[in-house]
Amino acid sequence: MTTMLEVDGLGHTYQGKDGAHTAIDGLSFTVRAGELVCVVGPSGCGKSTLLRTIAGLVRPSRGTVSLHGNRVDGVPADLAVVFQDYSRSLFPWLTVARNVEFPLRGLAKAERVARARDALAAVGLDQAGRKYPWQLSGGMQQRVAIARALAYRPALLLMDEPFASVDAQTRFELEDLLLRVRREQDTTVLLVTHDIDESVYLGDRVLVLSKSPATVVADLDVHLGGARDQITTRASEEFVELRARVAGLLQGKQATRQPVHK
Amino acid sequence: MSGAPRVPASLVGLVGLFAIWEVASRTDLVPAYYLRPPSVVFPRLLELVFADANFQRALVATLSATVLALVIAVLVAVPAGLLLGSVPAVRHGVMTLVEFLRPIPSVALIPLALLTFGTGPDTKVTLAVYGALWPILFNTMYALDEIDPLHVETARAFGTGRLGVLTRVALPHAAPFVLTGIRLSFAIAMGVAVSVELLAGGSVGIGQVVLEAGSGGFDMDTVLAGTVLAGLIGYGANAGLELLQRKAFAWSTPRGGAR
Repeated sequence: MTTMLEVDGLGHTYQGKDGAHTAIDGLSFTVRAGELVCVVGPSGCGKSTLLRTIAGLVRPSRGTVSLHGNRVDGVPADLAVVFQDYSRSLFPWLTVARNVEFPLRGLAKAERVARARDALAAVGLDQAGRKYPWQLSGGMQQRVAIARALAYRPALLLMDEPFASVDAQTRFELEDLLLRVRREQDTTVLLVTHDIDESVYLGDRVLVLSKSPATVVADLDVHLGGARDQITTRASEEFVELRARVAGLLQGKQATRQPVHK
Repeated sequence: MSGAPRVPASLVGLVGLFAIWEVASRTDLVPAYYLRPPSVVFPRLLELVFADANFQRALVATLSATVLALVIAVLVAVPAGLLLGSVPAVRHGVMTLVEFLRPIPSVALIPLALLTFGTGPDTKVTLAVYGALWPILFNTMYALDEIDPLHVETARAFGTGRLGVLTRVALPHAAPFVLTGIRLSFAIAMGVAVSVELLAGGSVGIGQVVLEAGSGGFDMDTVLAGTVLAGLIGYGANAGLELLQRKAFAWSTPRGGAR
């Protein structure tokens, strides 16, 4: 499989009034095309900084990010982001359909409309196009944000704690929705989360980060197969064993660190 | 009183004022010769608006000057507000100037404007623009301060450039604030226009009608009718713009949900 994303020696230091703060340091990893990689780390470890540097929103202090071989310098053209806070990421003055069309500015009108319709159908919101985001429930709003990212047909989909602001039931639904659409559309996804179970349930691989400044502590393969189920998968031996391992790594109890690359 | 027409709650204050005015005038609490009662002023008002070609011309002149001034004020203040609100260096450089100019009353500039622009409509439009600028400018500017950084980040992450963020995110976000500014500015622009007509004389408008009625013939019916009309127009414009705001910017009204 070809390499979609290559992060090499990435580090970022914020210069604040009360001194410098190094959020991430010496991060290196790759994501292959078609993979869903979860990045899990303790809160405040710099996960959001990592995501923002990959998205080109923050210029890293050190190291490089390459997207399908091209060095990222500024916002890449074929990358989409889904943020945690859907209520602040969707534009309240636009209808749901217009929100989904927002990134498709360069395309012809008919193509924009068609893509938005398809993307909304993919997330089960075919009927909601003319509504406004604030007329929808939280979970539905996050579906809109996901549809918007899908309609853009990005080479890489970045997700920043996408399911952290919805209730548990909705969260399971959205997780399964993500697994379904990435399978249907063959999207490469990098998902940042602080939720261990979520990282194992969703990921083909799980990258475990250390406390700030974040470095990669472990790069674990997840052998749960393509078809996953909220009840049986979460009860499986592999899942339970992996989540315990990730939890141990996050607490720093594991004395012998896993090799970073297989 | 039984059989009295029902008054909507929002108009109680207004109707009350007219009632007190009527009584004060009828009981000689104030000289009825100057303060003519509403029962006389309102018929005169209707007569002026519907049957007096001279007054109609004046009314059109005042209203068109007001609307023109508002349009120019929007065209100047909205881009300026977007610039000041989004480029800190520019804001830093010109805020002192803005804060110096803003407190200067438009009326104080009348002599200067008369000498510069003459007694035609240019003077009142220019000064009305000057008065109407500030609420729109400040509302646009402060709207940008309140813009959600995640909206900007979302747009940028989808490859939207600086200008795109300004026109596709900042401007729609600021639109309801701008309309509030226009609402405040309407009364200011009309007030300034009428003041210029009153003080400068030459320019056609309801201010001039009031001036002539008041000084020449002591026609207080017309003076008061013109004054009341100005109030009614302001009230109507405000109500209309408020309705527009509710219809066009339903998304910006406070609402529940996750925030």
